[in-house]
Amino acid sequence: MLTTFQSVTKNHLQDRLFKVLRDVMSSPSGAIGVSLVFFHLVLAVISPFIVPFDYREISSLLMLQGPSFEHWFGNDHLGRDIFSRTLLGGREAILITGIATPIAVIWGSFIGIFFGLVGGRIDEFAMRIVDAFLSLPWILKMLVLIVTFGTGMGVLIPTLAFFYGIPVIRIARAATHDVVARDFISAAKARGHGRIAIIRHELLPNVLDTLMVEGAMRWSWMLLAFSSLSFLGFGASPPTPDWGLMIADARGFMSFAPWGVLAPVVFLSSLIIGINLTADALAKALGIDRIQKAPV
Amino acid sequence: MGNKSLIEIRDLSIGFSNLAKQLLPILRNIDLTIEAGETVGLVGESGSGKSTLALAMMGYLGNPLKVLTGSTSFRNQSTFDLSARELEQIRGGELALIPQNAGQALTPTQRIGRQISESLKLHSKVSEVDRPARVLELLTQVRLPDPTTLVDRYPHELSGGQQQRVAVAMALAGEPDALLLDEPTTGLDVTTQAHVLELLRDLAKETGTAMVYVSHDLGAIARVCDRVVVMYAGEIVLDGSVRQVLLKPVHPYARSLLASIPKLREASLPAALDGRPPAAGDVGKGCAFVERCKMAEDRCALERPLLQFTKAGERVRCHLFEKVEKLAASGPGSAVDRSLISHATEVLALDNIAISYTTRGLWDQILGRQPNDTPTVDDISIVIHKGETIGLVGESGSGKSTILKAIAGLIPTRNGRIIYNGNELLKASVDQRSNDQLRRIQLIFQNPDDSLNPRQTVAEILAQPLRLYFGLSNQELHDRSVEILERVRLGGHYLDRLPSQLSGGEKQRVAVARAFIAEPELVLCDEVTSALDVSVQAAVLELLNRLQREFGTTYIFVSHDLAVVRALADRVALLYQGRLCEIGPAADVYSLPSHPYTEVLLGAVLEPDPDSVPVLSADDIVELSPMPVGCAFQRRCPRRVGDICETKTPPWQQVDDEHLIRCHIPHIELRELQMGRAN
Amino acid sequence: MLSMLLRRLLLGLVTVVLVSIIIFTGVEILPGDACTAFLEREAQGKLLENCRRDLDLNRPALERYVDWASGAVVGDLGVSVNGQESIAELVGNRMNNSLLLAFCALLVGVPLAIFLGVITALWRDKPIDLFFSTVAIFAMTIPEFVSSTVLILVFSVWLGWLPGIVLTSANASAVEFFPEIILPVIVVAMVMTAHILRMVRTSVIDVLASDYVRMATLKGVPYWQVVFRHVLPNALLPAINVVALTIAWLLGGVVVIEVVFNYPGLGRMMIDSISDRDLPVVQAIALILATVYVSVNLTADLLTMIANPRLRTLHMRK
Repeated sequence: MLTTFQSVTKNHLQDRLFKVLRDVMSSPSGAIGVSLVFFHLVLAVISPFIVPFDYREISSLLMLQGPSFEHWFGNDHLGRDIFSRTLLGGREAILITGIATPIAVIWGSFIGIFFGLVGGRIDEFAMRIVDAFLSLPWILKMLVLIVTFGTGMGVLIPTLAFFYGIPVIRIARAATHDVVARDFISAAKARGHGRIAIIRHELLPNVLDTLMVEGAMRWSWMLLAFSSLSFLGFGASPPTPDWGLMIADARGFMSFAPWGVLAPVVFLSSLIIGINLTADALAKALGIDRIQKAPV
Repeated sequence: MGNKSLIEIRDLSIGFSNLAKQLLPILRNIDLTIEAGETVGLVGESGSGKSTLALAMMGYLGNPLKVLTGSTSFRNQSTFDLSARELEQIRGGELALIPQNAGQALTPTQRIGRQISESLKLHSKVSEVDRPARVLELLTQVRLPDPTTLVDRYPHELSGGQQQRVAVAMALAGEPDALLLDEPTTGLDVTTQAHVLELLRDLAKETGTAMVYVSHDLGAIARVCDRVVVMYAGEIVLDGSVRQVLLKPVHPYARSLLASIPKLREASLPAALDGRPPAAGDVGKGCAFVERCKMAEDRCALERPLLQFTKAGERVRCHLFEKVEKLAASGPGSAVDRSLISHATEVLALDNIAISYTTRGLWDQILGRQPNDTPTVDDISIVIHKGETIGLVGESGSGKSTILKAIAGLIPTRNGRIIYNGNELLKASVDQRSNDQLRRIQLIFQNPDDSLNPRQTVAEILAQPLRLYFGLSNQELHDRSVEILERVRLGGHYLDRLPSQLSGGEKQRVAVARAFIAEPELVLCDEVTSALDVSVQAAVLELLNRLQREFGTTYIFVSHDLAVVRALADRVALLYQGRLCEIGPAADVYSLPSHPYTEVLLGAVLEPDPDSVPVLSADDIVELSPMPVGCAFQRRCPRRVGDICETKTPPWQQVDDEHLIRCHIPHIELRELQMGRAN
Repeated sequence: MLSMLLRRLLLGLVTVVLVSIIIFTGVEILPGDACTAFLEREAQGKLLENCRRDLDLNRPALERYVDWASGAVVGDLGVSVNGQESIAELVGNRMNNSLLLAFCALLVGVPLAIFLGVITALWRDKPIDLFFSTVAIFAMTIPEFVSSTVLILVFSVWLGWLPGIVLTSANASAVEFFPEIILPVIVVAMVMTAHILRMVRTSVIDVLASDYVRMATLKGVPYWQVVFRHVLPNALLPAINVVALTIAWLLGGVVVIEVVFNYPGLGRMMIDSISDRDLPVVQAIALILATVYVSVNLTADLLTMIANPRLRTLHMRK
């Protein structure tokens, strides 16, 4: 009985984390999802050290060559090695969305929890503004900013983080509303705890699950957005190897060199599906209804 | 003889397999025969398997459940061997169900009339043209007012009592030979429950339908059934006539269960039953009740008792039933010690409190209108003394919890003052109260599942008030928490558990500990036992009483259950629609004269006694909003004297020193009227 | 009920007004204006002055907002920078084309989604459910440009069954878009079906576990009658809102699909005008899409209100 309060708390968090992870891995789809995401993350880190060729190396001799023993996935219209480019092709996307996702979830949750607690007319008006932002297609909002400010990381990260934080506001607010209605919040209020203490001790632990799943979802939508932007020529800029960009480039030669399209298609899809399977399994393990919504 | 039986269950075991592929039985070796026209009550606490058994009679198993051994048959047809078509014929036809929560069991998108005529179409020979008339007939038979408009209503438009009656009408549509009732009155108000039960009792008599009545409420069963089957941990432990089981139970569990029910006529705490029933699959090779049994002997733990017959023809599953038979009928509970009340010291005074829930709508704001409504709670003045327990009683919607929340500072009052210790004026909102004021008043909620944060361990839950009020840190926190846990009979090893790892009773103990760790002077109890099983309720009542004696705490105890309040309260206040009707010492309030509302409530209480007959003196209509003028109870009052009830707020009459009644009828006259009724 | 209806309408209106303010201020605070954007580097002196005068850019922002917004109410969306054409006319054709695409996709997608959603729920965790649920995850998550590209590769390049690109001009009639429109419709319908399917499936599963469905079963109602009379009416109500969200997404989010297939819809026009920095056109398209989004959601709310007796009859009986 010498356990201190802190250690008791930590053990429980750890136990829970292990349990959730075990539950996620115990379903086949969850295991596949986690493995896919893990594979891509590892690849993003080590790919520069293992690629056989320089991704910029142009060769007129190898233009649109099919897969060979030396060039496993063939070569693109500039003769560059598709295998090397595909391995490297997720790095920028993962880096940008990997930074933007936590920012989006954090600021969106912060605002959402705030309005969820405040309630009343201020909350209702704030939700109208959120609605107004959501009623504009994401691509329009993003493109206007990108066209004005350029396509660098310094533009893409804040832009993605801002617009993808807005739907998080709604989720965080709804989750807050659910928790606030419960008696343990009333109990804390009646005891006389301050707002901050109630948020920290009573509210946050109970909305964290929802926010975690939401974070995974946001990441997947963001990757989709980033690669779509790249595809349209507004994301990664050449000669950076990027799946979206590679697909756009190879499309023109699709009829006689389909390998240029196939490799990045498989890699990009597997990452996004992996994230979604993980999010699904996570939601199931945490016991949350994942509300399916249109990709706003 | 077996051939004529309506329902026959032989050696039925039902269970499910857990993740580790172990078979966990929910029901174990059930043998039960129900004859045509019999009314049988199935009693047990939550988890005893009583509902599973009732549904199994219809050939229905919930999702993971499967039959492990045995069979059940209806009119000699083995239910689990029937084809889907044959089952459809029986269900709702010869064997009809009246579900627990009719509000959720009626399809929300279908009109009442259509749902009943669906049953008629499936299970009766009534032709399509005659069906509407038959629907009206059924609705009249279950005593629903205005059936012609009712058929066009949707379920959500009816009150709980009306929904339950519709469910009864639906079950009657197929002219069943047997009705299965799955807790049909749980969740209804006392008066509504009494009305529905009288209806069911009359129906059983008129139609000769057999009934299987599943309930945790022995009072309800005593009223409706001739025979009672007591279940414990998935087994039948006792089966006999209502009279035998309720008056002279020969099984130790049934004895303890009966003893744990608070009685309306006894001002004493019911005896608690310690421990909890074993979980599914957790029963040893001996008797399932052995760990909680006060009479247990060595062989009880080693050898599973069989269901054997007593001389009186009961069936009992106990090695020692002959010993139990010789025991006297359960003695009275422990008397409550009241020496601590000091009438000189006033702890809290509510002075003319009014509370209104309605806020100004958008249009009101635009047009600058003030809400001109009648307040939800009005004109509440009560003085509470140190060390006493005051019971606040009323049906749902009476505003009793609202008043508690106002005292706790969670809801603003519209009028009136809350005065603490005779001189401190309590501000309406928690934000404006001092830390010490907050500490001295603590609130315990109805449902511990909701009032304990599911993500906090018991240690963290208890640390919250300690840090806030006393600024304690590690070692002291730990010591104080262990100490309070021991006081609520849990012990220090509970510190690192999460609420989900505790039973309902244990959770409520943690909630009690959280309130008492703040060393409060006044504890507000909001229906603290109504989410618990009877035996657990008795233990929590016992705990509250002991803590009160140890700490000299004052309680405001809110409940809808008059018997529970009787067990604990020194004084009782009755609320109807947010207005006080009667207040006084418990003994006085529970005897004559009473406010007509008190009379109605007391009359509707069902006691676990076959000889107690409820008195139904008022309609069970549900009022949604209080009357702006006149007496609050005017619309339902059985003793209305005339227009004065509608136009003038009745005066407070002093019956005794402290016993006050708010009625236009002089209390002497009221007593005479009520005496006449009693005789 | 009437007050609730008015309230929803009012809220919708507020949202549209807010959107128009966001669009207008968004364009205002971005560096440069329609003229510098259009004229790019040569934007100096006389040329810039003329352009600004033509577009009335010298007046205070509030005045211009009121002008723009009041014009939009009566259908006057201003003129584009480059061609000085009326935006309303320019957008009109594109809008029709986008509506055609959306309509075809809905016609295919919604019934299919509801059918499959119900099937997968009724046979939950059976092979048929696992199959369609997996397909739905793929359809939902794979980027539209990826699925478009793969479909073009298979059906157009390899099999040669369908045209992979739309060559019909923007102002052609609906019939002329066949068969070129088939592949874009398939891609749009695929994403949409996947979303609605998942939602319907969850909803049906929830309703199947409800007390009233158990009650209907125990009342002896045959299985398929339970499904059709007790489950579906209750399970499909929440689907209305998801269909609405999906339609709203269709009109804005299909940009990438329109680009891939060279389909002359509103989305592609949006990309073009953003690239050309034709800000008046961008503003107009944004306003149209936002209005569509709001009114589709509003319609869904109203439909739900009409179909759901709980919302239709708000008041409890006395």
